[in-house]
Amino acid sequence: MAGIPFEQFLVQTVNGLVSGMILALVASGLTLIFGIMDVVNFAHGDLLMLGAFVGSGVFMSSGNFWAALLAAVVVVAVLGALLQVTTLRPLLGRDPLTTILATFGISLVLQNYALWQWGPSARNITEPIGGQFRLLYLQYPVYRIAIALLSGAIIGGLWLFMKYGKYGIWIRATTQDRVMASAMGIPVPTVHAAVFAIGAGMAAASGVLFAPLVGVTQTIGLDFTLRAFVVVVVGGMGNLGGSILASIFVSLLEAYASLFVSPAQAVIVSFVVLVLTLLFRPTGLFVPTPK
Amino acid sequence: MLTLREVHAHYGKSHVLHGVSIDVGPGEVVGLLGRNGVGKSTTLKTIMGLVRASAGAVTFEGRDLVGLPTHRLPGLGIGYVPEDRRVFRLLTVLENLRTGLDRSVVTPARREELLEKVYRHFPVLRERRNQAGGTLSGGEQQMLAIARAMVLEPKIILLDEPTEGLMPRMVGQIREIIEILHKEGVAILLVEQNVPLTLAVSDRVYIMEKGVVRHEGTAAALRADDAVIHQYLGV
Repeated sequence: MAGIPFEQFLVQTVNGLVSGMILALVASGLTLIFGIMDVVNFAHGDLLMLGAFVGSGVFMSSGNFWAALLAAVVVVAVLGALLQVTTLRPLLGRDPLTTILATFGISLVLQNYALWQWGPSARNITEPIGGQFRLLYLQYPVYRIAIALLSGAIIGGLWLFMKYGKYGIWIRATTQDRVMASAMGIPVPTVHAAVFAIGAGMAAASGVLFAPLVGVTQTIGLDFTLRAFVVVVVGGMGNLGGSILASIFVSLLEAYASLFVSPAQAVIVSFVVLVLTLLFRPTGLFVPTPK
Repeated sequence: MLTLREVHAHYGKSHVLHGVSIDVGPGEVVGLLGRNGVGKSTTLKTIMGLVRASAGAVTFEGRDLVGLPTHRLPGLGIGYVPEDRRVFRLLTVLENLRTGLDRSVVTPARREELLEKVYRHFPVLRERRNQAGGTLSGGEQQMLAIARAMVLEPKIILLDEPTEGLMPRMVGQIREIIEILHKEGVAILLVEQNVPLTLAVSDRVYIMEKGVVRHEGTAAALRADDAVIHQYLGV
């Protein structure tokens, strides 16, 4: 730590937490879908991208960020359910490779659709909360903190729903034992479509929330997809709490690493964590040791 | 009430059920005996739609069950307790019960009644209601699996080897609960290896061999004459 001022360390902690919360929002949708359907959704980042585009369209016509957020979530959630019913439901129970290929195909379609529909130039969504506050030696945008809090609120809402809601219990029961869930009268195919809708909606929400920081292009989701996969594996496939902890853990590590190396090199840290996790604790870092 | 006629079923290429015919009347306890691997559990799975009947008819109160999605059966009044219990291990005991209780047709008052009823029959489940299903002992998991089927308010329960691997004291408790359900008018199709228990609680018994029913008779007749049991089950 020699030579790194303590202030810089604190600022990076805040940065790591902020990007960790956005990543957690992306990853929790991904892990939810994996947990219940054993489907690795390679189109998750593209649903995020689509959410950002839908959001930017609504924002440009209405000027209202919150309307854009809501519209993006609803549109992409419905699209997610449709994708599940038409493309993934017929593949359920087959070789996982076929579903991986199918979601990869969806990803390509969505990317090229976005390119065709909205073109290659970036679109903007203006942040709903402007202003900056003084964080030690620099001016820190209030919106970045707001994103972290909003992501936290959405994840918290999901957690409460999963823990106490009737449908949350249905989802957890289906995740654990699809066959027994249906024998208890839980409409498993509907639950699958609903989970896909929830995951897609959460991806869309993160797309709209993140858009003011970077602008909307058809590649906005790529970086997230990769990092979300890392944290879903590191957190223990299908484990919601694990993914959230892993998001924050990996983001903090990257933030601290960028104190020493360039941010582009800092990304390597997450892949090192991924490889080490797969080597030494393939069930995930944040799950109890399996008996 | 529940009728199987000449039901055939396959696991991949292997032909498991070769024309099984079984009847269960309202409120009747029917035992299904047979050695390992003769197709007893497959018969229950075929009724539940977990294994597809490749030929033959399965009807419940006159309604054709073949091809009906499994999740529609509890609504018709069919409860299922599978052989390996299959409690939701990461869900608490109460959450396990909620998978059957949180139905739109159940009023809050009825819900409380049903919960009270299973807690009365299985006090240990009340004690452990906030404990994860996977942390229960084998016998407690069996009770939870039966309780979970009971809160569906079924007209019939398909019970697959409920006493397998349980201590004698637990076997006695399972027997008691079968008798209670019987008194309440719930029909039971009981698959078992435990011959004395099956003969004691059942009204009628079917004996299966190699995917077909070889013998059918009242439990009383079988209790009186153990030659048949000896012939098919070797006990």
